[in-house]
Amino acid sequence: MTHAAKAAAFVANDARMHWHDQAVWFVRQKRDVARAAVPEWEELRGLASQIKAHALSRLADYLELFEKNAVAAGAQVHWARDADEHNRIVHGLLAARGVTRLVKSKSMLTEECHLNPYLEKQGIEVVDTDLGERIVQFRREPPSHIVMPAIHLRKEEIGELFHDKLGTPAGLSDPKQLTEAARAHLRAKFLAAQAGLTGVNFAVAETGGVVVCTNEGNADLGTSLPPLHIACMGVEKIVPRLRDLGVFLRLLARSATGQPITTYTSHFHGPRRGGELHIVIVDHGRSRILAREEYRASLKCIRCAACMNTCPVYRRSGGHSYGVTVPGPIGSVLAPHIDAREHQDLPFASSLCGSCTDVCPVRIDLHHQLLAWRGELAARGLVPLGKRVAAKVGAFVLARTWLYRLAGKLARWFLPLIPARWHAWGRQRDLPPMPRESFREQWRKRAGSR
Amino acid sequence: MPARDDILAALRAAAPAAAALPDLKGLRAVRYPDVKRRFMESVVEVGGRCVEVAGPLEAALTAVPEYVAARKVVSLVPGVAKANVDLAGVADPHDLHDVDFCVLSAELGVAENGAVWIPGFDNRAAAYLTQHLAVAVRADALVHNLHEAYERIGTFSGFAMFLSGPSKTADIEQALVIGAHGARSCTVLLTPSLRDHP
Amino acid sequence: MDVALFVPCYVDQLYPRAGLAAAELLERHGARVHFPEAQTCCGQPMANAGFFAEARPLARKMVEVFEPYEHVVCPSGSCTSMVRNHFDRSLPGVDALRAKTRELCEFLHDVLQIRPKGRFPHRVGLHQSCHGLRELRLGSGSERLVPPFDKVRALLEDIEGLQLVELARPDECCGFGGTFAVSEDAVSCAMGRDRIADHQRGGAEIIAGADMSCLMHLEGLLRRDGKPLRVMHVAELLAEATA
Repeated sequence: MTHAAKAAAFVANDARMHWHDQAVWFVRQKRDVARAAVPEWEELRGLASQIKAHALSRLADYLELFEKNAVAAGAQVHWARDADEHNRIVHGLLAARGVTRLVKSKSMLTEECHLNPYLEKQGIEVVDTDLGERIVQFRREPPSHIVMPAIHLRKEEIGELFHDKLGTPAGLSDPKQLTEAARAHLRAKFLAAQAGLTGVNFAVAETGGVVVCTNEGNADLGTSLPPLHIACMGVEKIVPRLRDLGVFLRLLARSATGQPITTYTSHFHGPRRGGELHIVIVDHGRSRILAREEYRASLKCIRCAACMNTCPVYRRSGGHSYGVTVPGPIGSVLAPHIDAREHQDLPFASSLCGSCTDVCPVRIDLHHQLLAWRGELAARGLVPLGKRVAAKVGAFVLARTWLYRLAGKLARWFLPLIPARWHAWGRQRDLPPMPRESFREQWRKRAGSR
Repeated sequence: MPARDDILAALRAAAPAAAALPDLKGLRAVRYPDVKRRFMESVVEVGGRCVEVAGPLEAALTAVPEYVAARKVVSLVPGVAKANVDLAGVADPHDLHDVDFCVLSAELGVAENGAVWIPGFDNRAAAYLTQHLAVAVRADALVHNLHEAYERIGTFSGFAMFLSGPSKTADIEQALVIGAHGARSCTVLLTPSLRDHP
Repeated sequence: MDVALFVPCYVDQLYPRAGLAAAELLERHGARVHFPEAQTCCGQPMANAGFFAEARPLARKMVEVFEPYEHVVCPSGSCTSMVRNHFDRSLPGVDALRAKTRELCEFLHDVLQIRPKGRFPHRVGLHQSCHGLRELRLGSGSERLVPPFDKVRALLEDIEGLQLVELARPDECCGFGGTFAVSEDAVSCAMGRDRIADHQRGGAEIIAGADMSCLMHLEGLLRRDGKPLRVMHVAELLAEATA
């Protein structure tokens, strides 16, 4: 099903759609408030964009430097070309140590690689420990937002879920009490875990350190209790210097949730005493994106989701309507690289309003990339036939002034005769009242009378 | 070819033309007329408490109800009377699961976001398992913003973290809940500068 | 000052009043307005759907049509943005065309530097069209932390009796988006209705904007839903106010 079809279903539940829209818009508003406290906000965005551009221009060098420093600090570094290799490496590390209980903190990369089902098939219990992720894990559905995975759910639904899975009282929907129940449940999981897997927000080439940002403390519990820490990162997570973190950290939480910083910003250099740290560096299509000039900037993304929060389409269609791991504007720019045919609808799931570009902390020109994708899809013949025909006919007519004038006259005469509900415009809108004379006809008369 | 070589080769082949790494020196980041006051406000904004300590730390702690009620207390700061866990001697961090209160020391505090910088220590699980946290930081170790913080920190090895307030989540309908998986409360104790002590 | 009017195809055919009002306004403020009749369309409907190659001949045609003129003024942010931001710069004459093409409000504000004086005693909701706002920077927008400015609003400042209503979301997209309006009509209309509700809550009688495409979409919804608000291009509003 296309985004349009899923979105229509989402919109059809008017009350719920508006609730979702308002809930996510609220996060955009919080971002605006947080930004106001940083007078140099636009300068920071520019710096972040430039730092990432530089890093991308020397990514291989920085990754080698990162690896050298990480290893010197006692970490072990692994490389994975694609999702399959990544999953095998992670599984290999766990299996070699007899791990059957794994706790995970948020990693969109591991979602992309579908790590959980892979490990579960091998008999490993995988517990997503971010509260939102645990909720969607219980429900056996993907997250609908990369920062707030369960934003599409009402508290009553979560209450029902916890009643079923955690034995909370029926009808309990108070977020504080539900969180308390999750705290107890997940604490037991942290204590029983034999390994902890995290994502990586930033990998510092200069020091070989990885930085993980959370509000809940789940990444820290997951990595300070079991002796094995596996940190998975996309190649683009590199920042050159420790001091670059100042720029990114000041932008990240403010853009994501409107907080000045997350509760925990943990910097890991090598394992803790008696433990192991394994860093898995993953390509999975990123080098292909790097090779494409028009789309390269999308690798700057720091996964803050500000673009989703501001997107009027995301807010009214929900993350699940995109059918990909990362939804919204950035998702619609990344997905066609994976499979252009499968995801040809995503660059069109946008009115190209440009709000995403203006909130992006690393200044990715998202709406221009969406348009570039439309061009590429059209050139590759992946746009529906009806649109192609309309474009060719339109171009033919508009190139010829006499034909355009004739077509305009005919349209003005003919369009109102078609029953409104026969065409997509008319399903919910009236056509404009048709003027008897076009501008140019009136202009001629006006000029003639002078 | 091993994956590493493949990946590096692919990235090199795809690399765009060199783009300069910006120098951050020119950045004029936000500063506050009263850095201590802003820090204290920020700590509250992120869900913590900030208390100025005049005399001994213990006296300030006895004003913290969670400390008073605590049975198992870890402290990395000397002079905490109720501390009854020899953290360095704990062989298995899982044994810290029932820590009620943990007192840590921070090297600096950041006014723009109420964060404190805490270097790693053995059995750091105590900082996350604890139900409540207190962190001591000197009033003259406050910086205005994160750039100044990293400048002060310089290089370091092992583990370190910025900690900003208690653990929290808004994953259920965006309702902010303080106390997710980590500490339910965080009290920052602003101790006197070295200068203030003869 | 000689000015060539670039009238968007859908304004020419469906909203000639907006084009005429634009011409009147320009004339009233000292410009001599020409309408090169050979013009048709900037190609945006095709380009918006990804058909760049099909749109390119229309860019060539536009370069040719407007070659003799020093100033090209268009009562549409999206069409102006198409010329300035999306025309193929490798085509001969495109850079020159880009340099001289302006949207109407930015021309009135930046080049003629007028502050129209007149009377329009109505409650008006100002709709910020996305292309005008974020592609042409007719205003600062809510996303960026920059000194606030709004060229369209500035043109309305000295109109007596005009009350601009307050909106909860001053620059959220109306949902037209070109092909989006048709291919994702569910979301498109939901967005449009939400805009209308915002204007209604603010007490607007009229929704005004600098892009007829947005207003066409909103008007379509207003009429279908039987709502009492009407739409006007800013040019029409100013033309009536300063008559």
